[in-house]
Amino acid sequence: MKSLGDALFPLTPALSPEGRGGAQVASGAAVPPAGPLLRVEEIGKRYGARIGCAEVSFDLWPGEVMGIVGESGSGKTTLLNCLAGQLAPDTGRVMFDTRERGMVDTVTMSEPERRMLGRTDWAFVHQHARDGLRMNVSAGGNVGERLMAVGARHYGQIRDRAEDWLGRVEIDADRMDDRPTAFSGGMQQRLQIARNLVTGPRLVFMDEPTGGLDVSVQARLLDLLRGLVREMGLSAIIVTHDLAVVRLLADRLMVMKDGHVVEQGLTDQVLDDPQHAYTQLLVSSVLQV
Amino acid sequence: MTDTAYNFAYLDEQTKRMIRRAILKGLAIPGYQVPFASREMPMPYGWGTGGVQVSAATLTPDDRLKVIDQGADDTTNAVSIRKFFERTAGVATTEATAEATVIQTRHRIPEVPLTEGQILVYQVPIPEPLRFLEPRETETRKMHALEEYGLMHVKLYEDIARHGQIATAYAYPVKVEGRYVMDPSPIPKFDNPKMSDCGAIQLFGAGREQRIYALPPWTQVVSLDFEDFPFEASKADAACDLCGAENSYLDEVITDDAGGRIFVCSDTDYCRSRREAGFVGAQGEEQVA
Repeated sequence: MKSLGDALFPLTPALSPEGRGGAQVASGAAVPPAGPLLRVEEIGKRYGARIGCAEVSFDLWPGEVMGIVGESGSGKTTLLNCLAGQLAPDTGRVMFDTRERGMVDTVTMSEPERRMLGRTDWAFVHQHARDGLRMNVSAGGNVGERLMAVGARHYGQIRDRAEDWLGRVEIDADRMDDRPTAFSGGMQQRLQIARNLVTGPRLVFMDEPTGGLDVSVQARLLDLLRGLVREMGLSAIIVTHDLAVVRLLADRLMVMKDGHVVEQGLTDQVLDDPQHAYTQLLVSSVLQV
Repeated sequence: MTDTAYNFAYLDEQTKRMIRRAILKGLAIPGYQVPFASREMPMPYGWGTGGVQVSAATLTPDDRLKVIDQGADDTTNAVSIRKFFERTAGVATTEATAEATVIQTRHRIPEVPLTEGQILVYQVPIPEPLRFLEPRETETRKMHALEEYGLMHVKLYEDIARHGQIATAYAYPVKVEGRYVMDPSPIPKFDNPKMSDCGAIQLFGAGREQRIYALPPWTQVVSLDFEDFPFEASKADAACDLCGAENSYLDEVITDDAGGRIFVCSDTDYCRSRREAGFVGAQGEEQVA
């Protein structure tokens, strides 16, 4: 397991440009020397007297997948929402490497700009597919929405793109005009992923993407996610309490407790040789079947 | 004469002033929904309380009023609103489109082209075109403010996916002067092209929803569509059975319980004036003679 992970990791940057489309190759090839895709500096968020998260800093490089683990109430989701612009942090900066202007603080950028990022370069996969999908709109319409939001006005082309993406997440083309209410939980989650990735984002935020799914469906979803992340050279931040998920997907790991980051490092390093007492507890709490 | 118990046109002067300010703001920002303090009117919501308030604020003693309901001058809604203003404002009324200075309408635009100096007042049930796609008012306001109208095309996409064509036949969304997406009130989409580059002032009043919006004369109004599914102003594929008109919007009227039906102009004034001018439809001869 460990050797496989170590073997894959150094390959990722080399592999990613090959999997990309023409325009993205240029940006993908140009970005690595320039610097990190996302630079988080001293992010903090308080709910009155209580701490949501505090003093979180890290860099995320293009093509890198970062896992954030911790128990319920440790501030994982608060942190993710602050990074994705869904919550305004009280302190700190979130610098994102935009296509036009380079590194820009997304906390202070104008709302139209932030929302534009939210439907082009960013994607957000919710824990519950219902939060991320329009349940009364067909699967094809759900995937097409982001395309139409950035100006696609040709029905045939939108439909072709939607069909292509439904195929990539293993949803049959004949389910394209069905509503998500007629889909199983696993299919809804895959549809949500297709809907988010259709505009070719560079950074994906995932909040417990496998929560509430049974283990065999989880395994398929993880397999799919891993394939897509590697193939598209995506950067991702995955929040989860499931250590197996980060073991499979994440290159780097951050462990949170009571709003603070208590340990961070390469995934295998942290999981196999935990240093902090809480991380040791977390790792030893996993049932070995 | 005016019933002395009422102020001219029922509403008190302060209320009319407030409504006029909303109208002026609406005219200054074509297609923008201006909130106003809608009053209780002596008729139920859904019967045109918004339109009546806008008409009351617009009328002067010299005006000549026409009221139509689905194109007809002699249906319940039209008759009662016309009587209302005859009693409370004492203004002259007419059924002839060209003679009227203020026309209050429910769900139609008259066939005779409107000219400068005329005011067309629409009754609007739901002013928000995005309402059925996005139920949150805070969100729809933000979408208008930031010009995020991709969702409107999702609705049209769903129509094509389900019916093979854009099946929305009334309240067809339009874009005003390349900026605001607007609900044209439930007029048939056949009437949509008449809104664009129209000489008359067009005012929209939604009483229950407390919104007023407006189109100044000669405003560009474009119906939304897809490049490969262009907008089409559709009507029943027939000619009026009374006056023979081939390019007016038609009502289908069931004449017996054996499947008998005729098509007649929905605009009764247009149909009558054509018959008076000697035009005769397929079944019109016996009725006129």
